Amino acid sequence: MSLRLSSLTLLVGLSASTLAFAATPTLELIIQNQQFTTRELSLPADTKIKLVVHNQDSLPAEFESYDLSREVVVPGHSSVTVYIGPLSPGRYNFFNDFNHAAQGWVVAEPVAHPGN
Amino acid sequence: MLATAIIVFREVLEAALVIAVVLGASRGIAGRGWWILGGILLGALSAAVVALFAGAIAEAFSGTGQALLNAAILLIAVVMLAWHNIWMSSHGRKLAGEIKAVGAAVQAGNKTLAALLVVCFAAVMREGSEVVLFLWAIAASGGHEFGMSIGGFAGLIAGILVGALLYRSLLFIPIRYFFSVTGWLILLLTAGLAAQAAGFLNQTGLLPALGNSLWNTSHILSQNSILGQLLHILVGYIARPSGIELVFYAGTLVTIYGLMRLMKHKHRPPPVRPGLPTQADISTTNP
Repeated sequence: MSLRLSSLTLLVGLSASTLAFAATPTLELIIQNQQFTTRELSLPADTKIKLVVHNQDSLPAEFESYDLSREVVVPGHSSVTVYIGPLSPGRYNFFNDFNHAAQGWVVAEPVAHPGN
Repeated sequence: MLATAIIVFREVLEAALVIAVVLGASRGIAGRGWWILGGILLGALSAAVVALFAGAIAEAFSGTGQALLNAAILLIAVVMLAWHNIWMSSHGRKLAGEIKAVGAAVQAGNKTLAALLVVCFAAVMREGSEVVLFLWAIAASGGHEFGMSIGGFAGLIAGILVGALLYRSLLFIPIRYFFSVTGWLILLLTAGLAAQAAGFLNQTGLLPALGNSLWNTSHILSQNSILGQLLHILVGYIARPSGIELVFYAGTLVTIYGLMRLMKHKHRPPPVRPGLPTQADISTTNP
């Protein structure tokens, strides 16, 4: 029952995301020397965003956010994709779980113009 | 060194708590130690393999490979735990009765042990691969080998100790209520894992968020805090949940609970054997 339900949800989700694919705006986040080069990532509220995290170090990092329920290891010299939102306006903390000194914020702004 | 210890501790803790609950839930089934140990060892081995291929996995499926892998592992664990709980709902009372009567391990439940092996395997593989990558990141930065080894080891031991503490605490529960309590623990744990899987599937863009931050209880209980972390692992506490996480959490909870009730009524337990003394305090002498 739960399997049937979740595969149905999956199908609905798939078609929805395929439709939205072309329109999904992309943002980039760069990790350099174990730090995020951008500390505040502004994005429009109520919009689904494709965030590409580039790790330019040779060391792996882990992009993580409790506020956004996101968690992904970014191996050295590689890039990963994380979809975010649509978010309600507000500030959402993220960090490098392999180096907690590296902190950053996603700032979802009510005015619909993308920053950065 | 302390930072290393804390990060390793947090990763190990997640696997250790899952294993503690699994150890509790399989109490009294003969041979469970070997099955669970097997799951842990297989998980550790796979963790090293996953860490080795982390680059390839991360870049697969347009950079969403790792989240997809995590979601798949979590959903497999969800199915296995669900199966265990549904099985226990028809066998748990009998198991508790036999443990009480003979005070020894019961020769039953190989199927559920296989399911629990997969659960331990999944937990250790997921968290273990991150520990390996993290330690490698520090080792590669050079000059920290000694502090890293001490910190990593301390984190590992501390995580295992908290897991052991949870398991020992569970054993204080009287045997009559024991499997009801572990049943509820597994139920909430499983719902939490399903919610995590939903988070990963949403992260890959496959599932819609259905609303982010439905509520925000960060100021009451931060997920950064130790209690927040413990509750996140054990019962799936999320301070700012999304709609899809809530749907998966509630859906899993209701589905498993419903099937448990169904099986319980299908397999009415035999009446309590006459002549057996009511040893309410037997649990204190029964390890």
